[in-house]
Amino acid sequence: MSMSKIEQQGRREFLKKAAIGSAVTIAPGVMLHSLSAEAAPRTEPVTGKVRWGMLVDANKCADGCNDCVAACDKENGLDLVDMPEGADESQWERQRPRWIRQITLKDNLTGRLTHLPMMCQHCEEPPCADVCPTGASFRRADGIVMVDRHICIGCRYCMMACPYKARSFIHAEVAEKLTHTPRGKGCVESCNFCVHRLDNGQTTTACQDACKHQAIVFGDLNDPQSAVSQALKKYPSVAIRDDLKLNPGVRYSNI
Amino acid sequence: MIFLTMALSGLLGLGSAGVSAAEAVEGSAKSDKLEQCVEPTSVMRRNHFEFIKHQRDLTVHEGIRGSKYSLAGCVDCHAKKDSSGKFVPVNEEGQFCDECHDYVAVDLKCFECHATVPREK
Ligand code: SF4
Ligand code: SF4
Repeated sequence: MSMSKIEQQGRREFLKKAAIGSAVTIAPGVMLHSLSAEAAPRTEPVTGKVRWGMLVDANKCADGCNDCVAACDKENGLDLVDMPEGADESQWERQRPRWIRQITLKDNLTGRLTHLPMMCQHCEEPPCADVCPTGASFRRADGIVMVDRHICIGCRYCMMACPYKARSFIHAEVAEKLTHTPRGKGCVESCNFCVHRLDNGQTTTACQDACKHQAIVFGDLNDPQSAVSQALKKYPSVAIRDDLKLNPGVRYSNI
Repeated sequence: MIFLTMALSGLLGLGSAGVSAAEAVEGSAKSDKLEQCVEPTSVMRRNHFEFIKHQRDLTVHEGIRGSKYSLAGCVDCHAKKDSSGKFVPVNEEGQFCDECHDYVAVDLKCFECHATVPREK
């Protein structure tokens, strides 16, 4: 990485924006892709032939838009949990499970603001998996990094290790959960690229489907013909914290 | 409807502690209409935990979801409905999972994370 890039990064201040309201409903008709007729649940193990990845165009990501966050919450049942009674609201906003967040970057020199969604970057060399004492944090053959909740002991080492603040801890019992996203107290969780969709033959993520600005392109990085590979070939993009050499599966353009 | 049922059972003194919703209706689970489970009943009784334990690793680590064994499948098939058509959790007192596990004093941990009724977004 060149020196100028590091300097540039140093000037940028990450401003975390409190996610605005969780009850944003997704407009009807935004679910562009549905289970196609030939889509079927996987019967063969995933392989390294596929590497799932994403390109986010920060130019297209609109200020104040929260659609991807709301879609993720709905897709994974994160919206089924209410703030515990008597809890401090700002603390709840900081600590509630969130798999994707809206981030605003500010260039202090020019004052230019950039908005982008930030989620697990699905690192090829995931520090979260490196530090996990039980093997609960792991990288699937197809590049998806996730937590096996059956063996997670809730030590939260992975949360400390992740350079992208991508992980959440579930502090309280979860009364309501969805069939395809089991989740419960005492485990760490993070974006899994909507793994239940992919394993059932779908090819899109919920955040991608919800983005009416088409800021998110998702697909197989190993397939040169995929939309994401084509877009990566065509537009300049960066890996955030490229200096760490984690080779993330999520790339950004125009930041 | 559910409130009505609860109010009525309350009035008649039928609302028993531990059963939070209306009574499950016998014969309302999918499994009630089937000849047998994914394996013969005797095999299921003896081995169901083995089947789902191995399946969980295959699903989480290898992405295999097309197998005939799955906890989601158990719940989907064995959850009964109450008279208003609402699913009753499989781990509630007297329901499919609870019935035997309570008898043999096996504490079920599955449902701390897994859904207890068929539920998609
Ligand atoms: S972004 Fe964080 S949680 Fe995701 S793979 Fe990298 S280190 Fe792990
Ligand atoms: S919290 Fe869970 S997944 Fe994270 S390092 Fe500890 S055991 Fe591993």
